[in-house]
Amino acid sequence: MALTKDELLKAYRLMRTIREFEERVHVEFAAGEIEGFVHLYAGEEACAVGVMLNLTKADRIASTHRGHGHCIAKGVDVPAMMAEIYGRATGSCRGKGGSMHIADLDAGMMGANGIVGGGPPLICGAALAAKVQGTRQVGVAFIGDGASNQGTTFESMNLATVWNLPAIFVAENNGYAEATAADYAIGAGSLADRAEGFGMPAATVDGHDFFAVHEAAGEAIRRARSGDGPSFIECQVNRYYGHYEGDAQTYRPPGEAEAARANHDCLDMFAGRVTKSAGIEREELDDIDRAVAALIDGAVSSAKADPAPAASEFLTDVYVDY
Amino acid sequence: MARTLTILQAINEALDQEMARDSSVIVMGEDVVGGSGAEGEMDAWGGPLGVTKGLYGKYGDRMLDTPITESAFIGAAVGAAASGLRPVAELMFSDFVGVCFDQIYNQAAKFRYMFGGRAETPVVVRTMYGAGLRAAAQHSQSPYSIFTHVPGLKCVMPVTPYDAKGLLIQAIRDNDPVIFFEHKGLYETEGEVPEQSYSIPFGEANVVREGNDVSIISLGLMVHRSLEAAETLAGEGIQCEVVDLRTTSPLDEDTVLESAENTGRVVVVDEAPPRCSIATDISALIAQHAFDALEAPISLVTAPHTPVPFAGVLEDQYMPDAARIATAVRSVAGYA
Ligand SMILES: Cc1ncc(C[n+]2csc(CCOP(=O)(O)OP(=O)(O)O)c2C)c(N)n1
Ligand SMILES: [Mg+2]
Repeated sequence: MALTKDELLKAYRLMRTIREFEERVHVEFAAGEIEGFVHLYAGEEACAVGVMLNLTKADRIASTHRGHGHCIAKGVDVPAMMAEIYGRATGSCRGKGGSMHIADLDAGMMGANGIVGGGPPLICGAALAAKVQGTRQVGVAFIGDGASNQGTTFESMNLATVWNLPAIFVAENNGYAEATAADYAIGAGSLADRAEGFGMPAATVDGHDFFAVHEAAGEAIRRARSGDGPSFIECQVNRYYGHYEGDAQTYRPPGEAEAARANHDCLDMFAGRVTKSAGIEREELDDIDRAVAALIDGAVSSAKADPAPAASEFLTDVYVDY
Repeated sequence: MARTLTILQAINEALDQEMARDSSVIVMGEDVVGGSGAEGEMDAWGGPLGVTKGLYGKYGDRMLDTPITESAFIGAAVGAAASGLRPVAELMFSDFVGVCFDQIYNQAAKFRYMFGGRAETPVVVRTMYGAGLRAAAQHSQSPYSIFTHVPGLKCVMPVTPYDAKGLLIQAIRDNDPVIFFEHKGLYETEGEVPEQSYSIPFGEANVVREGNDVSIISLGLMVHRSLEAAETLAGEGIQCEVVDLRTTSPLDEDTVLESAENTGRVVVVDEAPPRCSIATDISALIAQHAFDALEAPISLVTAPHTPVPFAGVLEDQYMPDAARIATAVRSVAGYA
């Protein structure tokens, strides 16, 4: 399905927002402004956005520890996300969750996750709910190459087939799980072959290529919506930063991330293509860049100024209030 | 000869000495080496905080990086233990036990009893616990009471480098499954550690400060905070006896009861939430067996019954600190 100009500009804006968000968090973390564990998504933007442009707000996704990109693409409020990372009362989770637990159920975002492999079972549940309620909504579980080896992932893929669920498993293969190479940890070699073994169609795409992701995800999501069950998509990507902020990354060959950034960056690829063949001017993209930079600047300054959670928040929300 | 080491170094040394001594000792876990299959350096991480760094260079294939597949590799450690090895498996954060608990509590813990005493499962699961790092709800818990509850598991939580080395060596040589808890806020704690190998028996609590007015029974990071409180209180004329449990299974009931009988006033300090906890267990023990000696109600200083919050202002309230411990001690000391 051809994308309209508006959709293309939206895709660019979302990818740029994720990039700018992550670059800024990287700087703020290094400056000691942010506490805790932070995992950046820079380099992988086309996966989140390529998938999410096929979803409605009511569709559900489950994310990972590297969740900022999924959140932004799914429509979670950006200043609220930044405030959450700063541990503020104004954050998406009122400062109780932090980077690894940003969630917004109203936006269909079932949470980043501190547990590798925590998401796929939840997405079976979201897909089951959609099926039982007849909503035609779908659920998308994002996993990493590392999470692809987790028992919960295998069990969920099998269950999704057994129950013919409208579930899509999107594996973002960035080559590493922490410091361990995907080549070492994935016994079968190919993620797609393994998914087919669970009885679902599987595709492998260049995850830097927004159009490739968008098309593969579109097909999988249409299949799920029309009752034809689960699918699997492997997106091959690069992680521009360390596993977590502070990772020295000596396990990577020198220059690996820099080379990917210089030669195969999702934003550059996208801009090159749409300015050549979609009638979009570079100035239109530059305008978006400026607007996004202002958005992120504003998000950081408001996050810094926002209040910490009140002491009275400490014991609330463990159980329902009566 | 003793030198000053951190807890992190003491754990590394214990693993090193046991691997050198006994070729059946292997180490496995996610990135305990780091760099497997990658084009850069091997031993790039040596565990997420570098605890196992350097061991790969000495022991090569006996240091196993695993896929992220805790149920399989913790279970494999259990199975290997029942088949002649002495595996030390690293469960990176104790919060992750949800993924692999069956292999620990239905398998490892029960083999000896369920098989009529005919099985040995000398496995060690090393695991990080504790709050204070802004690591939020799924990376900050102190779930030792869940493991302590299970018959067949031994639970150890060292708070000094000396204890870390001696207790880990004991854990590796022990013929039962041992869960070895490492507080992430204590790795840099320094202390004297002998170079030679030694082991510390389980089930021996340590009286880390003597005093006759109030007993503070504690474990893990809270031992340090209890000592801090005791120091302040000494200046006010309240002499505290601080007991470090060191192992919650087996539990040194005698030392706990002796201390309670000596002072008649008890504060139990525990970083975990209060329901079905080590704190409630200790206080039940004292209420049952030292009731006549008590001169005040037992006071518990614990985390609240909530998950661990992210924001600093909330997490700092979550963890008991020296001030809260001191307040509890004052009120117990003043009870008439
Ligand atoms: C159950 C569990 N095991 C281990 C971890 C520690 N951990 C956090 S992220 C990670 C690597 C994940 O790799 P991958 O799935 O490829 O995602 P990526 O970080 O590359 O995005 C590990 C081992 C965890 N959070 N949860
Ligand atoms: Mg990965």
